[in-house]
Amino acid sequence: MSLITIKNLWKEYGDNVVLEKLTLNIEKGEFCTLVGPSGCGKTTFLKMLLGQERPTRGTFLLDGEIFPDEPSIERGIVFQRYSVFENLTVFGNVMLAMELKESKFLGRLFGAKKAQAKKDALEILEAVGLGSSVNKYPSELSGGMQQRLSIAQSLVNKPKILLLDEPFGALDPGIRADMHALILDLWKKHNLTVVMVTHDLHESFYLGSRLLVFDKVREDVHAPNRYGAKITYDIPIGDGETIMTKLHQTIEKGEK
Amino acid sequence: MKRLMNLRPSKATAFFLGVLPFLIIGVFYIVASDLRLAENPNDKLLPSLSSFAEAVDRMALTPSKRTGELLFVNDTSASLQRLGLGVLISAVLALLIGIPLGFIPFVRAGLSPFVAALSMVPPMAILPILFIVFGMGELAKVALIVIGVTPLLVRDLQQRVSEIPAEQLIKAQTLGGSSWTIVLRVVLPQIMPRLFDSVRITLGTAWIFLISAEAIAATEGLGYRIFLVRRYMAMDVILPYVAWITFLAFMIDYLLKKSTQKLFPWYSGAKEKE
Repeated sequence: MSLITIKNLWKEYGDNVVLEKLTLNIEKGEFCTLVGPSGCGKTTFLKMLLGQERPTRGTFLLDGEIFPDEPSIERGIVFQRYSVFENLTVFGNVMLAMELKESKFLGRLFGAKKAQAKKDALEILEAVGLGSSVNKYPSELSGGMQQRLSIAQSLVNKPKILLLDEPFGALDPGIRADMHALILDLWKKHNLTVVMVTHDLHESFYLGSRLLVFDKVREDVHAPNRYGAKITYDIPIGDGETIMTKLHQTIEKGEK
Repeated sequence: MKRLMNLRPSKATAFFLGVLPFLIIGVFYIVASDLRLAENPNDKLLPSLSSFAEAVDRMALTPSKRTGELLFVNDTSASLQRLGLGVLISAVLALLIGIPLGFIPFVRAGLSPFVAALSMVPPMAILPILFIVFGMGELAKVALIVIGVTPLLVRDLQQRVSEIPAEQLIKAQTLGGSSWTIVLRVVLPQIMPRLFDSVRITLGTAWIFLISAEAIAATEGLGYRIFLVRRYMAMDVILPYVAWITFLAFMIDYLLKKSTQKLFPWYSGAKEKE
């Protein structure tokens, strides 16, 4: 069974159709990148995966069960901004993740559980390259370091899907390349399932194992909101040169 | 020549410019006081510096003949206790009301209009009610501060809570937090330094209510003393008291600012980025 099953899914706000008749399966271990023009509903789609928005109608299953309709622990998220808690140190941020997960009343861990959480936190911080900044506050970190922290914070709870909402959009190109290497490394090592929204086409090809292009197929100039976006291209991306040939094939198929 | 808006004073010049208004006022006072006293040695309006010294000595350094206590010390401690207690209660109430109001949509729907209406009631207008209900004792005075300050703090905190970025609250939910643990671990810690900030801003209001309440019904206190000696036009007592109250207000503000920095080391860095 697929990790995410979507069948005939519609999302509308009143008369405004955002997404129409989406059908798609996402398998465990896939790295899906979502691209498309702004306003094409890719962010709305991510919000539905996150639980912030609900589909208007259609099948929307996570592991064969209906998606929880509020953000939950199955889904980790890394936003572009405000992605970490500024009142906690780097270490405290990762600890908070485990404390919120494990401790339902105080939101804090004690004793042996705390010691274990501490070990896990330091391990993941080492893995994302923050081993030497554990006691810093986020305001002392660069944008890239903050995103590393946000990723570590989500991963430590081992979510079923990791959602990334243009996480590297605000970073310098050099740092962005480092982050690409990091996320690919984590994806392979931890066998993650990732869904990422980006507006950087290069990034979407480089990172994804599968590229989903959202766009409106039908357009009515008199009622621009009458028709919603669909997935116009669903491109599996292999390694290196095969990408371009596959891309051309898909585009040709689409044109026919 | 650069534009005036682009000219910046050096450190020494800035310091001098900062001190200048105080110096001018001081010199102006001494000259005016001398002129008036030369005309009428019994003039009470602008006492000389020596009569200030006498008044300070009488109020602060010599025990009162009637009670054997230092009036100035008594007044200060009575006022500070009322102020401290009033502000503390207000701050706790503000947390208890402001956080749910800003965080839980159901509470906001139910209480927001009520709190908005309540905060429009002029506290001084209900002072008589407080005296009737709580009597003339300490309780009425503390209650006036609480009633005057709490709505301001509540509304400010509600605003601050609703300003916490949605991203953070969603993130906390994906980490497994419940409404309660998110309040405990995300909202409360982020709101505490902002509470300190708004307490600093509302302290001026708290002083107003304190002095008003003391002026009307009290047996000691800084405000009580000022209004008592007004009957004798004792400017030599009133002016040092006013200066002292100003100094106290300044010190409390300074201490709150310092403790915000000490208790919430992350806060100034986080604020800069906004």
